[in-house]
Amino acid sequence: MNYSLIIVEITAVLIGLGVLMTDLWISPTARKGLGYSAAVALGCLLAFATGSLAPQHGLGFRDSFVVDDLARFFKAFFLFGAIVVILMTVEFSSRIASGLSEFFALVIFALVGMLFAASANDLVLLFVSLELITVTFYILTSFQRNRLASLEAGVKYLILGAVASAFMVFGIALIFGSANSTNFRVIAAHQTELATSPVFLMGLLLVLAGLGFKIAAFPFQAWAPDVYQGSPAPATAFLAVGSKAAGFVLLIRLLTQAVPQITAEWSRLLVVMSAATIIYGSLCAIPQRNLKRLMGYSSIANAGYLLLGIVAMTRSGSTAMLFYLGGYFFTVLAAFTAMCALAEHVETDEIAGLAGLGRRSPFLAASLTLSLVSLAGIPPMVGFFGKVLLLRSVFESAPGHPDLYLLLGVAVIGVVISLYYYLGIIRSIYWGGNTPNLTPIRTSLGTKVALGTCIAGMVFLGIVPNGYLRIAETAVAGMESAVGGLKSPAVKKVSAH
Amino acid sequence: MDSLSSVILLPLLSAFLILLVPGNYRVIVRAIAVLGSGLTAWIAASLFFRFQPGHEGFQFESILPWISVGKLSLAYHVGADGLNIGLILVTGLVGFASVLVSWNIDRNPKLFYILLLLMIGGALGAFASLDLLFFYFFNELALVPTFILIGVWGRGENKTVAAFKITLYLTLGALIALAGLLLLHVSIGAQTFDVIALKTLLSGKPLSSTLQNWIFPLLLFGFGTLVGLFPFHSWAAEGYAAAPTAAAMMHSGILKKAGLYALLRVALPFLPDGAAHWLPVLAWLCLGNLLHCGWVALRQKDLNLLIGNSSLAHMGFAFLGIASLSVIGITGTVIVMVAHALLAALCFALSGYLESQSGTVDMTRLGGLLRRMPVFGTLMVMGFMAGCGLPGFANFAGEATVLFGSWKSLPWIVVAASWSGLILGAVYMLRALRSILYGEERKELAAVIDLGWWRRLPFALLIAALLLFGVAPSLLSRRIEPVAKEIVKAATNRSTPSRVAAVVVTP
Repeated sequence: MNYSLIIVEITAVLIGLGVLMTDLWISPTARKGLGYSAAVALGCLLAFATGSLAPQHGLGFRDSFVVDDLARFFKAFFLFGAIVVILMTVEFSSRIASGLSEFFALVIFALVGMLFAASANDLVLLFVSLELITVTFYILTSFQRNRLASLEAGVKYLILGAVASAFMVFGIALIFGSANSTNFRVIAAHQTELATSPVFLMGLLLVLAGLGFKIAAFPFQAWAPDVYQGSPAPATAFLAVGSKAAGFVLLIRLLTQAVPQITAEWSRLLVVMSAATIIYGSLCAIPQRNLKRLMGYSSIANAGYLLLGIVAMTRSGSTAMLFYLGGYFFTVLAAFTAMCALAEHVETDEIAGLAGLGRRSPFLAASLTLSLVSLAGIPPMVGFFGKVLLLRSVFESAPGHPDLYLLLGVAVIGVVISLYYYLGIIRSIYWGGNTPNLTPIRTSLGTKVALGTCIAGMVFLGIVPNGYLRIAETAVAGMESAVGGLKSPAVKKVSAH
Repeated sequence: MDSLSSVILLPLLSAFLILLVPGNYRVIVRAIAVLGSGLTAWIAASLFFRFQPGHEGFQFESILPWISVGKLSLAYHVGADGLNIGLILVTGLVGFASVLVSWNIDRNPKLFYILLLLMIGGALGAFASLDLLFFYFFNELALVPTFILIGVWGRGENKTVAAFKITLYLTLGALIALAGLLLLHVSIGAQTFDVIALKTLLSGKPLSSTLQNWIFPLLLFGFGTLVGLFPFHSWAAEGYAAAPTAAAMMHSGILKKAGLYALLRVALPFLPDGAAHWLPVLAWLCLGNLLHCGWVALRQKDLNLLIGNSSLAHMGFAFLGIASLSVIGITGTVIVMVAHALLAALCFALSGYLESQSGTVDMTRLGGLLRRMPVFGTLMVMGFMAGCGLPGFANFAGEATVLFGSWKSLPWIVVAASWSGLILGAVYMLRALRSILYGEERKELAAVIDLGWWRRLPFALLIAALLLFGVAPSLLSRRIEPVAKEIVKAATNRSTPSRVAAVVVTP
C-alpha cells in the first residue's frame, strides 16, 4: 500500500478534525478566526498539492486510486473552491445560528470526498467518495435549522439523493455481476464483450443516472432549484462548484476512460440529455423572481453546456470542458460571495431586492454584474471563451452526425435565453423599480479579497487564457496517455459505425 | 507600442483610469474621458493620412501570439487596409464627439464614461482586428455597456423594453454569425482564425459549394441583424430613440458598421459560391430597408425615430453595393459606411442637443427654432441636407457610387433605390426641418439657448469630415479601390460559373 499517494486527502481529513477539536477549546467569538485559520491551512495544502513535492503519478490501492494530471487538476480546483467557500462562510456567519465550526469541518469533509472523487478509478471508490460528498451536503443544505426553507432543501436533497444513490449502487452491482470487476481499467479492457451484455448496459445506465443527479442534468435536475434556494449561500456555492465538478470528473473518467466505445454508441443519448438540460434550465429560469433559485436553474443550464464537451468525445472537447469548469468556478463563486455580502443588508433573496444596489455599493454591483456577464458568455469575461471552445469542439465532431448540429442550435438559443434572465438581474441592480433604501453597504476586507480574486480570475482567464488552457490540455492528454481512452474524431467515427 | 494598437488601447486604458478615480471627482473623470478619446481621434486621423493608398496588403500590422495549445493557435493580429482605415478614422472622430456631447451627464458620470469608452475601444478593436475571434470579442465588448447605458441614462417610457430588445437581437445575430464563423473555421480545417491564414488555406482547397451555401446565410443574416437588415431591423430605431445621445451616436454610427465590415471581410471573399447563391436574396432584402424603412421614417413624429429609420434606410444602400458585387459598388458601400457613420452621429447629436434644450423631440410640439438658435439651425440644415444626399457631402459621393456600380447587374433595384433614397429621404428630411426650425415660434420654447462656442466643437468636427470627404471623395476611394478589387476578384472566383457572375465580371 502506497500511502504517500493519498497524502493530500489525509492532510485534509486532519485539518477537518483539527477544526472540530480546536472548537472545543476556543471561545465562541473566536470562531471566525478559526475559519481564517482553516482557510490558511487549506491554502498551504493547495500550495503543496500543486507543487512538485506532491505525488505526481501513480496507481495504488489495487488500482482503485489513480493520481494523474487530471486528478491533480481537479484537486487544486476543489481545494481552491473550499478556501473561497470558507471565507464566504465567515462573511455569512451572522446568519448561521450555531455550529459555525462544524460548518467549516463539514465543508472540509465534503472537500475530502471531492479529492477522492478526482482520483477514483474504481466504481466502489466512486460510490464512496460521492456518498461522502452527498451525506455532508445533506447537513450543509439544512444547516440553518431555524429556517423552514433550509430544512425543506435538506429534506428534498436527502430524499432525491438517496434515490440517486440507490440507482447507482444497483447499477454498480449489475456492472460487477457482468464484468466481474468494478475497476475502470478492467472494464476498459473488456468493453467490447461487455458492450453486448444487456445487464452491463443497464448497470451503466443506472450509474449514469446517479452521476446525472450530481451534475443536475435532465431528467435528474428536479432537486436543484429548491435546494439552491433554501440552502445557506456558502453551501449553495459549494454545491454549484464542488459537487458539480466532482460529478463531471467522474463522468469524464467513466465515459471516456472506462467505456469510450459504448459512449460513442450512446452519443445520441448524451446529445438528447445535453439539449434537454440546456432547454429546461434556460426556459425555467425566465420566470424566476428569487436570485438563488434562478442560479439553480442557471446551474442546470450550465450542466447542459458542460455536457457538450462530453458529447464531442474528443480531446478538444474534454479540454474545453475543463476550461469552462475553471471559468464557471470563479464566476459562480464571485456571484455567491457577492450574495453573501448582500445577505446582511438586503432582507430578501428576491431579485427585486437588488434595486438600488448600483448606488448602494458600486463594487458589489459591478462584481455581480461581471459574474452574470461571464455566465452569459460575453467577452471579455472567461465565460465567452469557454463557450466558444465548447461550441468549436462540437463543430469539429459534427460532420457526419447531423444531430450535433441540432444540439448546436439548441445551445445558441439557450445562450440567448440565458442572456435575457441575466440582463433582468443587471437591470434590477442598476435601474430596478423603486429604491426605498439607499444606505451605502460596507464590505469587509475578506469579502473584498475573495471577490477581487474571483473577478481577477474571470478577467484574467478571459483575456489571457493560454496558460490555463495549456494546463487543461495537459490534464486531458495525461489521462489519455494513461489509458488511451480518447481517440481522434476520425478513429471514433470508424468505431461508431 | 505600434500606433494601431494604441488606438485600441487608449480608450480601454482611459476607462481603466476612470475606474480608479473616486466617483465624486467628476471633473477629473470627464477630463480623462475627453483627453483619452481626443487623443484616440488624433491618432486615428494621423493613421488615416499616413496610410499609403494604392498598396496591396495590410499596413500598420502587428501580431502578438495569444493562444497556442494543442491544435489551436490564435494571435492578436491587427492591421489596416483600405477597407477599415476609413472606419477607424470615423470611429475615432465619432467617439470623441460622443464624449463631448455627454458633458451634461449628471447621474453617475464615472460609470457612464467607463461604459462609453469601452464601446469606443471595442469598436476600434473590431475594425482593426484581422483575427476573426478577436473581431468577435471586441464587437461583443459593446453589448452590455449598450444595455446599461440605455437602461440607466436612456430616454422615454419604454427604455427598458428597448434595452432588452436591442441587446437580445444583437446577441442572437452575433451568435448566428459566430456559428457561421466556427463552421467556416472547422470546415477549412484551420487551427487559427486569422483572416490571412484562412484565405491562404482556402485558396489551396476551396470549400464545397453546398457547404458554402450553408455558411453564407449564417454570416449574412447573423451580421445582417447587427446592421439592421430588413426584416431583422425592428430593434434599431426603437433602441436608438431610447438610448442616451452618445450611445445612439456610437451605435447607429459605428457599431452597426461592424456587421457590414465582416460581410465584406469574410463572407464575400471566402465564400464565392455562397455569395452567388445568396446575394440575389440580399438585393431584394435591401429594398426592404430602402423602401420600408424609408416609408416608416416618413410617418414619424418623433425626431429620434425618424433619424433611426432613416439610418436603416441608408443601410439599404450599403447592402445594395454588396449585392452588386462590382468594384464600383463595393467601393461605394465602404464610402457609404464612412459617410453614414458621420451623418448618423451628427443627426443624433443634433437631436440630443435639441432635446436637452426643448425637453422634447416630438416634432408636432416644436417649431420656429431657427430664430432662437441660428447656429444650431444652420448645423441642422447642413446635416439633414447631407442626409438627403446633397452633393458636396460625403453621403452623395457614396450613394451615387453605389448606384453607378449596381446599375449593370441590378437595374430595377437601382431605380427603386434611387426613388426611395433620394425622394423619400428628401421628403422626410425637409419636413422635419420645416416643422422644427421654421413656422411659428412657440411660447413654451422661449427658453432655448443656442450652442455655445465650446459646444459647437463636436458638430463642427463631424460636419467638417462630411464636407471633406464630400468634396474630395478620392481621399477614400483611392484607399478603398485596391481592396474592393481584391474582394470582387475573390468573390467571383467560383467553382461553378453561372449567368450572374458573367454579367458582374467586367474588368
